[in-house]
Amino acid sequence: MKKFLEGSQAVAEVVSLCKPGVIAAYPITPQTHIPEELSRMVAEGILSSQFVNVESEHSAASVVLGSTASGVRSYTASSSQGILLMSEVLFNIAGLRLPVVLTCANRAVSGPINIWNDQQDSISLRDSGWIQFYVENIQETVDFHIIAYRIAEDRRVMLPVMVCMDGYILTHGLEPVDMPTQEKIDKFLPPYKPLYKLDPENPLTLGFLGDSDYYTETRFAIQKTHQELLNLIPKIMLEFKNTFGRDYKDGLVERYYIEDAERVIVAMGSICGTIKEAVDDLRKKGKKVGLLKIITFRPFPSEQIYKALKDVAKVAVIDRAVSLGSLAPLYSEIRALFFGKKQAPKQISSFIAGLGGRDVTLDSIKGIFKKLSLNKEIKEEFLDLKPELLQEEL
Amino acid sequence: MQRKVLFAPGHTACAGCGQAIAARLVIETAGSNTIVANNTGCLEVFSSRYPESSWGVPWIHSLFENAAAVASGIELALKYLGKKENINIIAQAGDGGTADIGFQALSGMFERGHDCLAICYDNEAYMNTGVQRSGLTPFGSETTTTPAGRFSFGNPTYKKPIPEIALAHGIVYVATASIGFPQDLQRKVKKALSLKGPKYIQIHVPCPLGWRHEPSLTYRIAKLAVETGLYPLFEYENGTLTSVRKITPKPVEEYLKLQGRFKHIIGNLEEIKKIQLIADNNIKRYNLLAES
Repeated sequence: MKKFLEGSQAVAEVVSLCKPGVIAAYPITPQTHIPEELSRMVAEGILSSQFVNVESEHSAASVVLGSTASGVRSYTASSSQGILLMSEVLFNIAGLRLPVVLTCANRAVSGPINIWNDQQDSISLRDSGWIQFYVENIQETVDFHIIAYRIAEDRRVMLPVMVCMDGYILTHGLEPVDMPTQEKIDKFLPPYKPLYKLDPENPLTLGFLGDSDYYTETRFAIQKTHQELLNLIPKIMLEFKNTFGRDYKDGLVERYYIEDAERVIVAMGSICGTIKEAVDDLRKKGKKVGLLKIITFRPFPSEQIYKALKDVAKVAVIDRAVSLGSLAPLYSEIRALFFGKKQAPKQISSFIAGLGGRDVTLDSIKGIFKKLSLNKEIKEEFLDLKPELLQEEL
Repeated sequence: MQRKVLFAPGHTACAGCGQAIAARLVIETAGSNTIVANNTGCLEVFSSRYPESSWGVPWIHSLFENAAAVASGIELALKYLGKKENINIIAQAGDGGTADIGFQALSGMFERGHDCLAICYDNEAYMNTGVQRSGLTPFGSETTTTPAGRFSFGNPTYKKPIPEIALAHGIVYVATASIGFPQDLQRKVKKALSLKGPKYIQIHVPCPLGWRHEPSLTYRIAKLAVETGLYPLFEYENGTLTSVRKITPKPVEEYLKLQGRFKHIIGNLEEIKKIQLIADNNIKRYNLLAES
């Protein structure tokens, strides 16, 4: 049944349909509507979870660590500074192989303090061991929460998943959403059966000290699981399609008018909606342009990206984050995967866009396609930079 | 029937470690129906080095400062499963993990009313990292970050009153204990676990390495801390003081002179007087004097 829902409301609704036993909440803009809605559901008896308001994001992550380790499906959400305050715990959750699901309402990182959207927060946690999905619209946001629990709790995976949704644009925007039925979700997502848990009947020691004789292997094991996920995610996506009727193909990347494209933009998240519109407009005018949307950023789908882009002449990568002091994060990984390959784009340009909530307009996107038609690789451009402000600061 | 070992020997604690003694007393009193969340620290390191573990109960270590929050999560999960009634939950930490870095999570656990027992093994400094000062390091004590010198008599600050702060949260049970009085300690653990809600017990545990005393003196030193009035043993139930251990006070010097961390103070009457004053205030405040 289609409903007209705010993104946060849709997340709360789908999370409740996934039936987490424990929900830990700490407010941060623009994530707040999610825990608010969940607390309302608990207050009205729609949801029978243990809902707890904790005293920090660090403790929110620690609570879901403890509850998941006790064998109960758990949920939390955060954003920006909150995700960074959690970061120590997030690495630990992955190291303990606990299938926590967390929503990141993507927001810029301080300073200056800025409550608006970019993806610096979750990108900064790319090395934490968490699986990361970046969603484009509210329907995807809903679907990927169900997928997140299914993948996280798969015995072959046992890793946490972060569903990254652009703050405001998706958390506060409204769209018609097909909210899956409880029956279908129950079919796709069986109750959580932990591989191990804290249980007096079978007393285990979790979170041991792993010295140099053992530590490397724990990292290797997570790395191996991430590699295997590149095969597993497409299989689960097929099951998703068969259950819910929506087709995310391999669930790793989305190819939009790639086949014959000469110019392609690579991007993640809600910006892909704008890029699709630009592609549609330009295609009508006969321009061979396309979009490669990265859905799964961790594990990084190098092979799928390679196949999609190897015959494209000119590529632009848009990052909504900066790796200060180096190349933009997504850009550097895409450049790296073409190293030593015979087939590769002639140019791969880097655009850093939409930081701290700066609008990325249809015209800006078309401008990027236009720049790609020039025979010059752009090593790094901050899109729509205001040089006059830099003068001011000087 | 064979008795289950809940805290096995063979761990790597130092000889004479007060914390190892206390941890064993606590878990053996709590029993096998207990889940433990442990902060980072000596106890965690010496009892859980892969592939070995001393723990005969389900035990989890996450980070330095979050055992109380992890324990909160465990409690919520057990509540959700309908299993909380039969299972004890203990969140344990050292003094740094309790009074300093882990204090926010601990305060959150108290304030939210989780049915968990928080244990602080108070060896009065960051021993696991090499004897640095914590919020529970006593006045005058030398640590590697409060060395005695021409302009220093060791730690210039007093112990952070964590039991009083715990009490201010309105929690059901707050007590201090010492490995010098193991039966008293076990009684308090038992009492705490019989009550519903958040509980706090702070246990004084000598550290031969950090306090610089003979490993064989652990018990004697722990006892002296209580008998001088420097570490008063008391017990609050629902905010009311229900018991104190009465003493016939010994001069603090008897306690100080056995430990290298106070060596610079021995012979300095003025500094000893300041420490004696701490003991005297405790004696007055908690009415510790035994009736003769």
